[in-house]
Amino acid sequence: MTNELIDFTLVSVAMLAIGIYGLAVKRNFIRMLFAVEIIINAANLNLVAFGRFLPHSGGQTLALFSIAIAAAEVAVGLSLIIVAYRMYQNVDIADFRSLKG
Amino acid sequence: MADAAFLALTVITIGSAIAALELRSLIYGSIALMGTLGGIAGFFFLLDAPFVALFQLAVYVGSIAVLILFTVMLVKRELIFKKIEDKRRKFAGIGLMLVMMVALGAVFLDSGIKTITTDEPATNFRDIGTDFVTYYWPALILMGLLLTGSVTGALVLAKREDVENDQRAN
Repeated sequence: MTNELIDFTLVSVAMLAIGIYGLAVKRNFIRMLFAVEIIINAANLNLVAFGRFLPHSGGQTLALFSIAIAAAEVAVGLSLIIVAYRMYQNVDIADFRSLKG
Repeated sequence: MADAAFLALTVITIGSAIAALELRSLIYGSIALMGTLGGIAGFFFLLDAPFVALFQLAVYVGSIAVLILFTVMLVKRELIFKKIEDKRRKFAGIGLMLVMMVALGAVFLDSGIKTITTDEPATNFRDIGTDFVTYYWPALILMGLLLTGSVTGALVLAKREDVENDQRAN
């Protein structure tokens, strides 16, 4: 293989940093979900890369579990966005002052 | 050393990750997020993991990105195009991002993983299937239950209680 483990790891680090920037700066609920997705994908990339280079099948198996659980997380997150939008007519998290149902 | 396909995928993935967070319109942002997820699928192909790559394309690009796109369309038009962020925090956030990139990158470059290379054949996807039904079978069942629970939870959360039954019948 011409690509080395360190290359994939560095891409993953860059994506993690971008995701944390998005979580720290953005106040839009949907954009924060984008940032979380980017971070999860950075983690998956690391799992598969280490699984390839060790080599061990556990990396890919764990990445498949991680993708499925991320799908569940997005479904719940999007329905939370819809509920909050219905309550506040806004997606700015600074407006979400109360968690009272 | 990295090859051309790797560099192209890096540009696509990181560029569209930044675009997903920085584009003014949320709709274009979610399309850029699709680019990031597709780029990650390309990395999986480069890592000889075609099964995970196709799973990523089916689940992330095919369903999650489309779900996000539909949720964005439910939001008011002026909110889609309005950029909500803390101006004061922006520079601190960029600083945090750069510090993290440099610090974590230096740690990884200094560590032993720089010398790891492999000549062994890639994992066969038969091994993954065998893993799923032998060693990981409790986790597989638990994941099915979790997915069912999360879908039910999402439906309960998104249910409208202010709409009366007779209105729905009409």
